[in-house]
Amino acid sequence: MKLLTCPMNGTRPLSEFIFGGEYREGPDQNTCTDAEWAAFVHNRSGAPGDKKEWWYHSPSGTWFIAERNTLTDKVSRTYLLGANNNNSNTAQEASK
Amino acid sequence: MPLRLLKFAVSKDHPAPRFFKSHEAPKKSYDVVIIGGGGHGLAAAYYLAKDHGITNVAVLEKGYIGGGNTGRNTTIVRSNYLTPEGVNFYDASVKIYEGLSEELDLNLFYSTRGHFTLAHTESAMRTMRWRAEVNKHVGVESRVVGPDEIAKACPQLDLSCSGQAPILGALFHAPGSVARHDGVAWGYARGADRLGAEIHQNTEVLAIDVKNGKVCGVKTNKGYIETKQVLCAVAGFTPRITEMVDLETPIVIHPLQACVTEPMKPWLDTILVSGSLHVYVSQSSRGELVMGSSLDPYEVHSTRSTLDFVEGLTSHMLDMFPFLSNVKVVRQWAGMADMTPDFAPIMGKTPIEGFYIDAGWGTWGFKATPISGKTMAQTIANDSAPDLIHSFRLSRFEDYELTGEKGAASVGH
Ligand SMILES: Cc1cc2nc3c(=O)[nH]c(=O)nc-3n(C[C@H](O)[C@H](O)[C@H](O)COP(=O)(O)OP(=O)(O)OC[C@H]3O[C@@H](n4cnc5c(N)ncnc54)[C@H](O)[C@@H]3O)c2cc1C
Repeated sequence: MKLLTCPMNGTRPLSEFIFGGEYREGPDQNTCTDAEWAAFVHNRSGAPGDKKEWWYHSPSGTWFIAERNTLTDKVSRTYLLGANNNNSNTAQEASK
Repeated sequence: MPLRLLKFAVSKDHPAPRFFKSHEAPKKSYDVVIIGGGGHGLAAAYYLAKDHGITNVAVLEKGYIGGGNTGRNTTIVRSNYLTPEGVNFYDASVKIYEGLSEELDLNLFYSTRGHFTLAHTESAMRTMRWRAEVNKHVGVESRVVGPDEIAKACPQLDLSCSGQAPILGALFHAPGSVARHDGVAWGYARGADRLGAEIHQNTEVLAIDVKNGKVCGVKTNKGYIETKQVLCAVAGFTPRITEMVDLETPIVIHPLQACVTEPMKPWLDTILVSGSLHVYVSQSSRGELVMGSSLDPYEVHSTRSTLDFVEGLTSHMLDMFPFLSNVKVVRQWAGMADMTPDFAPIMGKTPIEGFYIDAGWGTWGFKATPISGKTMAQTIANDSAPDLIHSFRLSRFEDYELTGEKGAASVGH
């Protein structure tokens, strides 16, 4: 991966982006056990595969989601969190 | 080639000496199966046999021995860490390394060079002072030095770093060394083989059989093997193995790259590290400059190399050594670093009975090869981890007792 498509600014060189780690839903802080919370804080799904990740376009200050395979390093989609997925950048566009 | 020598090539009386026996196929069962024929797995096999008399052991390696991070690192051995637990542990490793060529009867080119961690900012100087005090307290030779002493040890270094990042001082660590990394793997392999352990190359573990929370065997591309004890020593492949037994860990994989220049006459005696410039460099016994930098910035399970890396690294090298501008980079490569959030390894027992872990070696595990082999052998033999590795247990994350070593990482990651 040398280029990445920011949903706001289009395809830009990778050097403009910062990796923000995997997108994760946390457990409910008020009801989960200490062990569940510790696991959420520290553990990661480290095995290779299709991941939903946070990325940051640094010149424009845009956080967005990229769906990327961590084995092949191919991005299939990028979109703003909560955006209508029909408007997302699909594989063809993202892998230009 | 002289004829006298050539005739040995065709004579059956003088077979080429092999480092370890090759076996047709793995046996049906072993007392211990070690996944991963890197330095760590092979050292564990060696110490299981030597220290504990456990020889019914198989090391399963999916490729060839030392082909993982063991054969890809920049070979720096040091013990100038930040936590007393870390300093004690790595110091024990340095002490074994110092006598290891003798013990394994193989020249590991272990070469003590002295190691300078350069500081370009006041805050970096503060970390150096902190590390120096912890090191001295534990009895490890480290001290803060000024620019004069650095210039004396390495007169070629531009102390102003092209005016970009003037050097204020350094942490000097006298025992800092380099070694031949593949030699370490091969030496331990031969040692383990001679004592009775089996090494199986091209043998990949595909699944681990766990029943009622206990390990009972492994599936490989060469059939099923019964065993009650499995050591996972696969560095960059750790998440794939822990996934097989449904074990969660904090480990994520980032590539770490390195490169070498064409060989030169010896001029760089010491090992130099600059956290701010993201460079570490030493000169190998072949004369090449061996250089590394920080981790790749995002997760990828791949050993691809990038131009960004060499460009970034060499521009910083030129800040330090402008006279190298005509020197060529001849090779670059990458390994997969198994990173932990506190930059300390994960070693010892796991909630699964008989499944032992030696992982989270990230960018720093070559130096630990002897001591991790020794302590993991002890853990397997006694089914209990020795005190030396208590701070590295997997359950430290659950206990919020992290072992913060990030400040001792070679370059700012
Ligand atoms: C570029 C780079 C520079 C580094 N520099 C330094 C340094 O200067 N100093 C330092 O101390 N450390 C350094 N390190 C870190 C160090 O190299 C590693 O931490 C260490 O070598 C790990 O050794 P290991 O034996 O645990 O793993 P490895 O040597 O990676 O061995 C693991 C083996 O497991 C095998 N395997 C994986 N999956 C399976 C399976 N399913 N079945 C069978 N076999 C399997 C792999 O093929 C591999 O051979 C560096 C790392 C890199 C990448």
